[in-house]
Amino acid sequence: MSTIVKVGMADLKVVEYPDALTTLGLGSCVGICLYDSTTRVTGMAHIMLPSSKAIRKNENVAKFADTAITELIQIMESKGAKKTRFIAKIAGGAQMFAFSSQNDSMKIGERNAEAVRAILKELNIPIKADDTGGNFGRTIEFYSESGKLLIKTAGKGIKEI
Amino acid sequence: MGIEFDRMNNDIIIDVLREIGNIGAGNAATSLAKMIDKKIDMKVPVVKLVDFDEVPEMLGGPENIVCGIFFKLEGDITGSIMFVLDQKSAINLVDLLMPRDNAEFDEFTISALKEIGNILSGSYIASLSGLTNLQIKISVPALAIDMAGAILSVPAIHFGQMSDNVLIIQNEFIEVLEAKSVDGYFFLIPDLDSYEVLLGSLGVTL
Repeated sequence: MSTIVKVGMADLKVVEYPDALTTLGLGSCVGICLYDSTTRVTGMAHIMLPSSKAIRKNENVAKFADTAITELIQIMESKGAKKTRFIAKIAGGAQMFAFSSQNDSMKIGERNAEAVRAILKELNIPIKADDTGGNFGRTIEFYSESGKLLIKTAGKGIKEI
Repeated sequence: MGIEFDRMNNDIIIDVLREIGNIGAGNAATSLAKMIDKKIDMKVPVVKLVDFDEVPEMLGGPENIVCGIFFKLEGDITGSIMFVLDQKSAINLVDLLMPRDNAEFDEFTISALKEIGNILSGSYIASLSGLTNLQIKISVPALAIDMAGAILSVPAIHFGQMSDNVLIIQNEFIEVLEAKSVDGYFFLIPDLDSYEVLLGSLGVTL
């Protein structure tokens, strides 16, 4: 019997086969999923901001792309996974409200997704699937059995990547 | 870098914002009553700091479909204000303005909500402006109907720069005659460096 473990906002979790991970209603936040297909150690982080560096109140590591990815890797490796085998799938980073004149604070979703891509590249973790952007929310489910990521939206259907 | 929400600052900021919340919501209720020409009762607004994960729960859970009406603030302070309603409250609100048989969430409802949101948020900001003597204007509305978690990620991310909490102002308006209730949530989201301007204009120093 597999269970599905919930990841909250500014939260991260690691599970092993046969369990799965989910985070509900991603908007401008980004869901980062890491998977080692050999050990089937599976991780997910729900980050809110691109970087912990510009922010003084940064003790919650799961809130920021940089510190969340580092922490996720560490926990997964402590469960026997190997970073060299990791693949990543990412989703979210939407812009929920659109205006004709844009400023940076409105594009936080895009900046979150860009930061996640840059950090993963630096760590040599290949991104196998990327479903970011748009102006809609996403619920995601990530399965340790297959490394498949299920994406549900309100009115835009369900897909698997 | 602007202020941070630590325990000492929190108390002061919440007190001030609660007062702004009270006055703003009173003004919004008056505007609503005038608009629909009916008597509107308002419960005392609830202003509180809640955990990121609790915010969507207040609106029926992260996957519950809600309506968010979002405005940018421009002038002496910058930032944004967002008014959020669940679907039932949104339909009730439009019905108060224009009673229809078979109310549903259609194009008409959406444009009516933008307009009502505009009037409510406008009167909210007008009272804030009057209280502080600051020039503040709101932009045209942007509306989204989507999962509560996704809509609320907008204020959560903003507040996330300072704390692990979101400041929420909950207002309940009740139309007296038909007892139709509208539960609405305002999120006043000043940019980081506008907090000092806002609080300073009220004589509060941190």
